[in-house]
Amino acid sequence: MSATSLTGPRTTAPGAPPPGAVARPRGALRSGSALGLGVATLWLSIIVLLPLSAVVVRSLDGGLGAFLDAVTSRQALAALRFSVLVSLATAAINVVGGTLIAWVLVRDRFPGKRIVNALIDLPFALPTIVAGLTLLTLYGPRSPVGINIAFTQAAVLLALLFVTLPFVIRSVQPVLIELDREMEEAALSLGARNATIFRRIVLPNLVPAILSGAALAFARAIGEFGSIVLISGNIPFDTQVSSVYVFKLIESDAPVSAAAVSTVLLLVSLAVLIGIRGLGRWGARHDR
Amino acid sequence: MTVERRWRLSLRVLALGYLALLLLVPVGLIFYRTFEHGVGGVWDSITTPAAIHAFQLTLEVTAIAVPLNTVFGIVMAMALARGEWRGKGLVNALIDLPFAVSPVVIGLSLILVYGIDGWLGGALADLGIQVIFSVPGIVLATIFVSLPFVVREVTPVLREIGDEQEQAAATLGAGAWTTFRRVTFPSIRWGVAYGVVLSVARCIGEFGAVSVVSGKIAGETETLTLLVEKRFQNFDLAGAYAASALLALIALATLLAMTAIKPRREEGDA
Repeated sequence: MSATSLTGPRTTAPGAPPPGAVARPRGALRSGSALGLGVATLWLSIIVLLPLSAVVVRSLDGGLGAFLDAVTSRQALAALRFSVLVSLATAAINVVGGTLIAWVLVRDRFPGKRIVNALIDLPFALPTIVAGLTLLTLYGPRSPVGINIAFTQAAVLLALLFVTLPFVIRSVQPVLIELDREMEEAALSLGARNATIFRRIVLPNLVPAILSGAALAFARAIGEFGSIVLISGNIPFDTQVSSVYVFKLIESDAPVSAAAVSTVLLLVSLAVLIGIRGLGRWGARHDR
Repeated sequence: MTVERRWRLSLRVLALGYLALLLLVPVGLIFYRTFEHGVGGVWDSITTPAAIHAFQLTLEVTAIAVPLNTVFGIVMAMALARGEWRGKGLVNALIDLPFAVSPVVIGLSLILVYGIDGWLGGALADLGIQVIFSVPGIVLATIFVSLPFVVREVTPVLREIGDEQEQAAATLGAGAWTTFRRVTFPSIRWGVAYGVVLSVARCIGEFGAVSVVSGKIAGETETLTLLVEKRFQNFDLAGAYAASALLALIALATLLAMTAIKPRREEGDA
């Protein structure tokens, strides 16, 4: 997944034309474009919307009672609780770690910086199952450094930190590059200390980008499957997350229960998407 | 630099240490574990008939999904950046769904439509078409997860370049297709290329959604990522590492391509 594609347009000016763009005459879709749009929308409907609406509709196949039973079973609730908590922890650690790494990549200078910068995207390029196997090799039972956290909640957190690493960094970096240095220099010349400058001048400008990166990390974390499946051990009431629980329900041929839990996950994803759009608008306003 | 040297060094150590422990050492170790007993065994385990078939299937699926999503992506990006139409905000939001929805839910959604008890599965089965636990299901899952990349890369580029040149071409009598081919496409081609690279990486690496719909039949519906999982579950660690190293190499090639394309994409139409 690409951080630029996810955060770029949103942290700048979502939906709105960029400053300086010429206002277009409205409503002028030529017939060729209208046909193209029709086909593209049909494609989106068949590939994405039809299947997702099947999840929501079929989750009610057994009636509302069965839906609620499936969603509020002890195992489903435990998995959802752990998913939400571990995803919140992932987002929180990314807020600190991601901002720190973005700052070092933009403001610091050291040999090999360009390579490090390119490697930040590795979690997006590396298949998740390989990511899981990779972490299990270093932090699992055959660990060469003697650290074994396999099949613990910490292992799930570690896997999520790996796959969500780029979001906050790639969201904060462009804002930090654009940031005007004059205010910082003025503050420094007035005797402000580094920590004060960061807290009072740099940080407020970064907040919208940090939050939208964190929200993307949370959304990714709550649905993550591939990197967790090997390292978590899938212990119910302990390391089992919602996505793995859904997978188990599908395997045990309980598609309606699986659809019910999936519907809850879908609603969480939708809420996060809407939240990110709101953040983007706030960030765009904040810019001016 | 406005920050004291002492501060700067400690922040650098902290940031690079975090990256090393989370990213570099684990990925490095995968390559070490793969090749610690020599290259011969690795070669043997990535050239077994099952591995070759998995690799071929992965490439086939990618070769179907990426072109379709590229065409969709360019058409949709043109509509989002250039047109004003009812429902545009909604469609714009819905395009991001594949990024936000869990891969397992994506797999389940396909079962509920195309599975034997699904909305369309029964009718398709009567026609002799099997989607779930078969290659078409894997293709649909892969198209689903990689759908947004090209749209999301091309739309901002189109907004950035504006439509003055396109309007000039139209004024001079160029048709819509000529305008697109001669004016618009040359300006967005690096954005398209970047989106294609991201799509390819995602298609090759997809695991969750494919794992739900594939049925994991060796030599038939097993992709490269599914092969990694199966070998790991069957205690064939060396085989799992070998297939992982191959996928990790593809990921590194992806990073190289991204790094090469990024500056050109940001130049826009210059």
